[in-house]
Amino acid sequence: MKLLCVAFSEAELPVCGGLAASLGAEFDVLLVHGSAGAGYGAAQVMTLGATEAPTADVLAPCVAAAAVGYSHVVAVSSMATKDLMARAAGLVGAAMVTDVVRFEAPNRFVRPILAGSVLATVETLVEPVFLTFRAAGIVPAEAGSAVAVAAAPPLGPELATRVATTVRGGSRPDLAQAKCVVTGGRPLQDAETFERVIGGLADRLGAAVGATRAAVDSGIAPNELQVGQTGKIVAPDLYIAAGVSGSTQHVAGIKDSKAIVAINKDPDAPIFETADLGLVADLFEAIPEIVAKLGPKE
Amino acid sequence: MKIVVPIKRVVDPYAKVKPLADGTGLDVAGVKFEINPFDEIAMEEAVRIKERDPSTYTVAVSIGGPECEEQLRKALAIGADEAVLIETTDGLDASVIAAELVAFVQEVAPDIVLMGKQSTDDDSNQVGQMMAAMLGWPQATFACKLTPGVGEVTVDRETDSGEESLRMKTPCVVTTDLRMNQPRYIALPGIIKARSKPLAKRGRGTSASPRVRLTHLAALPPRPPGRKVASVDELLTELKSRGLV
Repeated sequence: MKLLCVAFSEAELPVCGGLAASLGAEFDVLLVHGSAGAGYGAAQVMTLGATEAPTADVLAPCVAAAAVGYSHVVAVSSMATKDLMARAAGLVGAAMVTDVVRFEAPNRFVRPILAGSVLATVETLVEPVFLTFRAAGIVPAEAGSAVAVAAAPPLGPELATRVATTVRGGSRPDLAQAKCVVTGGRPLQDAETFERVIGGLADRLGAAVGATRAAVDSGIAPNELQVGQTGKIVAPDLYIAAGVSGSTQHVAGIKDSKAIVAINKDPDAPIFETADLGLVADLFEAIPEIVAKLGPKE
Repeated sequence: MKIVVPIKRVVDPYAKVKPLADGTGLDVAGVKFEINPFDEIAMEEAVRIKERDPSTYTVAVSIGGPECEEQLRKALAIGADEAVLIETTDGLDASVIAAELVAFVQEVAPDIVLMGKQSTDDDSNQVGQMMAAMLGWPQATFACKLTPGVGEVTVDRETDSGEESLRMKTPCVVTTDLRMNQPRYIALPGIIKARSKPLAKRGRGTSASPRVRLTHLAALPPRPPGRKVASVDELLTELKSRGLV
């Protein structure tokens, strides 16, 4: 096995290194943004030095050219890598596997299907194998020493022009990486209430904020906060779901969390089947009480 | 403008479906099948474009066994002008479906291929991107808004950190996310009326063979059961004892 890890930023390198170490595989990196100070075990880092990530049509030919000589081309699952990797696999004629959660053999992988309710084992029949993998459960690699840097293959022609970009987020931790996540559902009523109640608890805990699909669809929370099978997959140490019913597709996105706390006034809400600790209570009373009893942040 | 909308037949996404005991497939006894919800959004959007611009022509296409006709009839009921079933019982993976759709698209020559970002059974999110790569067309995945122009489209798409807007020349591939629209309700008369619309069947157009094969299905191991706490105090005590707050 020789891996090429495609990373949009240096922040993905520890997990890429961790995956390669767990497989006992050599790996190189193709890094889209920024420069790599350390390699996290990589033999070589090819850098593009892009200030803004190019669109998939531009990046895919570069990934396809860089893929030559590797058995596996891998990337941490995200919307950006799903957009890119399947296109690059299409250019190369590669096998493609999405959202791998377990590596059983160089040609055998386990991945969730049906909104995460079933685990499918798939076999790839050709090489190279392109895949995206879930970061949950992978022990990040240590930074290691400085790494050899090489130039990446050229980008492809621009077929799509980015005419506007809206980046939200602010000062809170990144949802997919956070150690603690507080998620709110439809009962939060409106964007201001959501931010005050869910955002307030999250800030007290140093947590990221998540939202259910129902909350996003009703305009209470922005789309990039959606947690679940069709949104972000999270695996924090502590996941707090407030006013969340616990649909299959939502649970699929949180089930690798170490501890799940549910606060819901409906004692029969399905989320209580998934939660380690459940509190049957009105979130508008319980959350202010939690914040008050935790006291000011140290 | 011509729009091709690929349609996949999937198990009812709201049904609780379990693997067969031997892991060789899903236990679908008594389970309904539907249009993949993301494809239904794509079909709805194509029909809305046609309602604004009646010169638009929409073609729904599906690949699979004769049972897929049911979902193509639904697509016709939503408002597709024509449906085509590429009939096969061969094993299919994303690469084969992409190859078949590429062959079909090259014949039909649409301005836009508009399809779901993923199917709710396989959750792979690959076919649109593979098609765009094979055709050398621009792509916009995770689309939440599609604005057709003259010889180009503008697509708002969801990203990991927010949204972005891409402008691209046609022909192109656009894959839809959940928030593009709310598909219309189709009453029974609409489905009956759609019976008179053309639905053609044909064989495969390529000899592409799968690169990925499903070998086993297993139910997700359940999380160990949790417990309910009686008060915020008990919750905080428990969280503190586990070092979580």
